[in-house]
Amino acid sequence: MKKLITVALLALLTLGTSVSAKEWNKIRVGVEGAYPPFSWVESDGTLKGFDIEIAMALCKEIGAECVLVPQDWDGIIPALLARKYDAIIASMSITEERKKKVAFSDKYYNSPAKFARKKGSGITISKAGLKGKTVGVQRATIHENFVVGQFGDSVNIKRYGTQDEAYLDAVAGRVDLLLADSIAMEDGFLKTDKGKGWEFVGPGYSDPKYFGDGAGIAVRKNNGDLVELFNKAIKAIRANGVYKSINNKYFAFDIY
Amino acid sequence: MDFEAIIDNLPLYLEGLWVTIQLVVLALVSGFGLAVPLALLAVSKNSFLSFPAKTYIYFFRGTPLLVQMFLLYHGLAQFEAVRESVLWIVFKEAYWCAVTAFALNTAAYTAEILRGAIEQTPFGETEAAQACGMSKFTMYRRIILPGSFRRALPAYGNEVIFMLHGSALAGVITIVDLFGAAKIVNARYFVPFESFITAGFFYLCCTFIIVWFFKWVEKHWYAHLRPRTS
Repeated sequence: MKKLITVALLALLTLGTSVSAKEWNKIRVGVEGAYPPFSWVESDGTLKGFDIEIAMALCKEIGAECVLVPQDWDGIIPALLARKYDAIIASMSITEERKKKVAFSDKYYNSPAKFARKKGSGITISKAGLKGKTVGVQRATIHENFVVGQFGDSVNIKRYGTQDEAYLDAVAGRVDLLLADSIAMEDGFLKTDKGKGWEFVGPGYSDPKYFGDGAGIAVRKNNGDLVELFNKAIKAIRANGVYKSINNKYFAFDIY
Repeated sequence: MDFEAIIDNLPLYLEGLWVTIQLVVLALVSGFGLAVPLALLAVSKNSFLSFPAKTYIYFFRGTPLLVQMFLLYHGLAQFEAVRESVLWIVFKEAYWCAVTAFALNTAAYTAEILRGAIEQTPFGETEAAQACGMSKFTMYRRIILPGSFRRALPAYGNEVIFMLHGSALAGVITIVDLFGAAKIVNARYFVPFESFITAGFFYLCCTFIIVWFFKWVEKHWYAHLRPRTS
């Protein structure tokens, strides 16, 4: 790792001035596309969702062209580090673990996590209540970390590449519970046809130890200037009503 | 390079390795059991017997293993009737979906390997067997099948290695096999190179053992073909 850092620093030095003075007139943004209502892919292949619109609005505010790059969640941070794009706007929670690898902007929304169960299953959320049950979570998320950390010794954990796959297996009856972001699960699953047999159970979780400080925009650590730009842009769209109009298209309340 | 995360997670890799070995062994054993009758049906001159077997082989060789596994795992789960039936006890578990898909797949390839080997049986051998008055059953049991297994061995060794490598697909449907373990480590520590090269190393070790095993079997089965020393 040390070697890598040295190499990276050397590369930075040689590029030096050109990087720090880089004008951001084009920002490549990594997005997920399998996380409704925050991001999904329409049948014609276009990306839609809250994250997508926020990304477009922030780029517009910065005065840069936005190039959206869809990327599987599993590899979304490695691909950022590999310079396949410059920022991640994909409902990524700001956690200590991720801060070791990437830099985050301020949050652009925050919502608690919740369990969901099959209606009539009567499962309660406690160590005893979860004993022997199977919980479906998305791999490499705060939700996986939370379940492992809090209930890891009593439940079976099934990890999925995308949230959509977890919903599929919930409908199929392969998992007893789901743990996910409450908004994502409500709009992406519970309110849809396939999710009508499922309901929320237990409290909303937002313990910063697991869930961080809300969802932020991740950039490479050497792009501090980009963090500044995004922070200013988030403040600006909060102030000028752009955030509100996007927010209201998707949600009945302010999720900031 | 940061192998600390890998060393901390070695138990996870070893559990994954154990799952991979189970999947591959179960699939190979049941697949081979299925392949022998399939191959016998496929060489039959009666097309009522050979047609179904050939269709089966054609379907499973003609579609990707990943598609077959998704059909069993996601596809079957779509139907209420399947979810209510006894079959669901098996197909509810990702593990058994994977074993079934792998077994059906390797059965098709193995059957095709055996079919070729059976059809290559030298005419003189069967003629001699008939001349000795062997029944068809005895002839298959004592002459044709043993000779075919011998001829099929190198190709079958290849199939076993392909099965081992194909088993990595299990990691896609929530099973924590060797590849699944690598994906968890990668996702948690963001070390794609280290996590996947470690999985690759374990696969390499398994392949080495398989190659060595087939060499050993070849040495015994081909003893009569070696020039005499002494």
